[in-house]
This record gives sequence, C-alpha cells and structure tokens, in this order.
Amino acid sequence: MSAAVASSPESASPALAAAELVPLPLDKRMTIDDVVSELSSGMTLGIGGWGSRRKPLALVDAIAASDLTDLTIVSYGGADVGKLCAAGKVKKLVFGFVSLDSIPLEPNFRKARQQGAIDVLELDEGMLWLGLQAAAWRIPFLPTRAGMASGVTDNAPELRTVKSPYDDGEELLAMPALPLDAAIVHVNDADQAGNCAILGPDPFFDDLFCMAAKRAYATAERIVATEDLGAVTLPRLMVSGVVEAPGGAGFTSCPPDYERDEDAQRAYVKQVKASKQHVI
Amino acid sequence: MENNPESTAPAVQPSRADFCTIACARMFARDGEVLISPMAAIPRLAARVAKACMQPSLVLSEEASLPYRRVFDVVWMGRRHVMMGASQVDRFGNQNISCIGPHGQPKVQLLGVRGAPGNTINHATSYWVPRHSSRVFVPAVSMVSGIGTDRAATLGKSGRFVDLRGVVSNLGAFDFAGEGGVMRAVSLHPGVTAEEVRDNTGFDVEIAADVPTTEPPTDLQLTWIAHFDAAGSRYTQVPG
Repeated sequence: MSAAVASSPESASPALAAAELVPLPLDKRMTIDDVVSELSSGMTLGIGGWGSRRKPLALVDAIAASDLTDLTIVSYGGADVGKLCAAGKVKKLVFGFVSLDSIPLEPNFRKARQQGAIDVLELDEGMLWLGLQAAAWRIPFLPTRAGMASGVTDNAPELRTVKSPYDDGEELLAMPALPLDAAIVHVNDADQAGNCAILGPDPFFDDLFCMAAKRAYATAERIVATEDLGAVTLPRLMVSGVVEAPGGAGFTSCPPDYERDEDAQRAYVKQVKASKQHVI
Repeated sequence: MENNPESTAPAVQPSRADFCTIACARMFARDGEVLISPMAAIPRLAARVAKACMQPSLVLSEEASLPYRRVFDVVWMGRRHVMMGASQVDRFGNQNISCIGPHGQPKVQLLGVRGAPGNTINHATSYWVPRHSSRVFVPAVSMVSGIGTDRAATLGKSGRFVDLRGVVSNLGAFDFAGEGGVMRAVSLHPGVTAEEVRDNTGFDVEIAADVPTTEPPTDLQLTWIAHFDAAGSRYTQVPG
C-alpha cells in the first residue's frame, strides 16, 4: 500500500501547486488472503454484525480454513462463532449470546459448549459494548449496573465493582476494557482509503469493534470512488484494510443489498445436525 | 370508539389464547410512555392490543425503529418494559435463558444471558411462559440471566430500579408479591384449578383459596385481537 502523489512540474502559482500536490490517502485495498495473513494464532479477534445480520462470513470461512489456532473471539455471535468453533479455532469466546435469529440456537456453538471445548466470558449484551467502548477510549473500565447480582458475575469472578467517588457512594460494576488485536466487519460500500458506509438500518457496534482493535478490516459489497460513497459510518482512521467481497455476508442479511438467505441458513443448520463429528 | 375497555362483557367465549393475550396486555397497560419490548408472538399481539385500546402512550418498536445502540440508551434510562421468555424461572423470578447444567460444560446450551441482566436491573420486566410446567418453573435455575427479587434485595441502592411485574402463562397470571418476594397467583384462567398449577410448578407457589379467575377480554379487546392476529398465530403458542 503506498501514497500516490499528484504533481505538475509546470505549476507556477503556490495555490495551484498546493492543490496538485495534495497526497491521496493510502490505498488500503486488500484481498481476503491478505487479511488472514495479517492475523496470528492466539489473537483476540472481534467480529462485527449481530446474530445472523451482516456478519463477515467470507472472511470467517477463510479464517476457519486457515492454520490459525487458539483465537479469543469477541462477538454478538451467530454462524461466525459457530463456524469457528466447528473448525477448532476458538480457545475462548466473549459473548452475550450466539443465535441465528430466525433459528434461535446455533448448532456448532451448542456442540462446542456442551463438549466443554471452549472457555467463555459470558456478559450482558450491554456490558460487551461498554467493554469495547472502554477499549476504544483507552480507559480501563466503564461503570454499569448491568450484570450485577446475576449469573454473569457468578461465573466471572474476575469482574470487579467500583464505588462512586461522589456523595451518592453507589457501587457499580466496573466493566473492563475489551481491547482487540483485530476486528473484522462487513459493510455495504467502502472507498480505497478505508472509509466505509453501512447503508442498512442498524450499524450495530461495528464502529466500536474497529475502534477497540489495533487493526480493523472491512469486507465490502463494493469499493467505490470516494465521491460516490455517501454518509460515512466508519471513517478511514479506524479502518486498516478494505476488501471488495460482494456477498461477503454469506447467508446473513446485508440490507439493502440482500436479506438473510433463510434457505441457506436452514441448510447450514441441517448439515451441522446431521454431522456426527465432535467439535475439534 | 369506546375507550373504557372493561365496560362490556364478551358475547363470544374467548379462547385460552385470548385470555393469555389479554393478561399480557394488562401487564403493558399499566405503563406510560415507555418502549414495550415483547419477545414472542402472544406478547407482541398483546402490546398492539394494549396500545390500540388500553394505553395509547405505549411506544412499540414499529414506531420507534431504534438501532441497538439506542435500545441500550432506553434500557439504561429505564423507560422500557420487556416481556421475555424463560427456559427456567424460580420462585423469586430468577430467569434462565442461557444454559442448563454446569456453566463450564452445560448439559444444554441455550442462547446466553442476552440483555436479561441489564433489563432486569434497569426497568420493568415480565415473563411469558406459553407452556407452564415444572421443567420451566424450577426450584433453582442453572444460570441467572434475569435477576429475581432475592438477588435484587442483595444490591441495596443499585437494585432500586428492579421492577419485576410477574409472569403470564397458559395457566394464569402471577406476580412476585408473595411473602419474601415469591411467586403468587394473581388469577387463574377459566378452567384452570389450583391443583393443576401446583402439579405443574416445581416449587411452592402461593395460590389463595379465593384466587380470582382471569377477567375475560371485552368485545372491544377481542375485536382488536382478531384484527391484529387474523391469521391466528396466537394458537401456535397456546392451542385452543
């Protein structure tokens, strides 16, 4: 990836020279294989989307097929978590749920849990996004009531509380930052500089996944010229690489480009249930 | 349009599903300008009926169109009433939708805690159980996703927003106002006996000797039920 500089040796006035000498931002276009090659075993990887909506399944499939191991996955999970569990890539999962939405229970994830194959940190959904937000803001925790006195704290003794320093003195849960080594998201449009536009009704927490990560990669239905991009949801300063990957959400929904392919999702579930293989 | 929902008795005998729907609607009708978040077919129908003829101030998701970021704002503001399902519930209203068996290696993995911990500690929460059984109503849940009255009591000040409204099942309507915050029958649907409830509940549930029968929906309410559920999807949850 390199910066391209436009210049004209004939330009005379300083104003014109400045306009012609403005360097273009970096070209962050990559392939799926490029992205996978930048990931390492043992990494903490965040995956955007939510359940069976706008999941970067093309990238997930490539990770599942790679020789990466011992990943800690942070996700509002769906088939992304299921496929990675089935491929034996998951050492630990940080989650609030794993669901295929129109099919409530994800079969590969169920198998992995019921076989005791993965460690987990199970959080209230709101706690998870606060952890990403704290990481993005480079602060150690964010206070919340969510999760207190529940099975979350029963099963995660590492979570601590904090007392308000002000007169109220209220005790709250200190949701620790969830920093990520890498994040992957799927968007509708991106430009080559890494600006991304999510055109559907809900960006979920993709921005937080990107901001909490050292490196963030977006697959996009289309890579377009900057002037054609429309409202930017993920500014390029939070995106390390973009991949043109039409259909990159697999059978999950990616509105307005496509809705969930319910037939394909049912086929995935059927195939998992028919398989007698244990999770690796 | 008639605005007093309790003023007429129904001409047609309502179904059990109709009783369940109206019991859920009555849960919502107590609210004001809050987001109603029903999580299953009968609660969704109930929310629409409640808004149509019982409490027009209710905010339903089709009006609000909130991205999830905004939903959490509303949750933490407390202006919401969620009606969740439950794989397990105990006598204090501790709910489990996460997993059954030891957390490290569950016998049955379900969804995960989802937003239940944050919901129950922040705003009004009730539960809808379409098939009341002792597999659901258990002495102790494997994993607490929604916190109950006992756990809320340990929190002191931090528990001040817990507002467990109760449970509606295919057998009746219940609250958690029994002695010590335990589940108590508010009404039993027509044809349901106290014995049937006890036989299908895995803990002692308080049922007063003179427990009322669930009030039937009015003609107006039945009209709205039929309007919003012409296809009869409520019968897939509660047959007959």
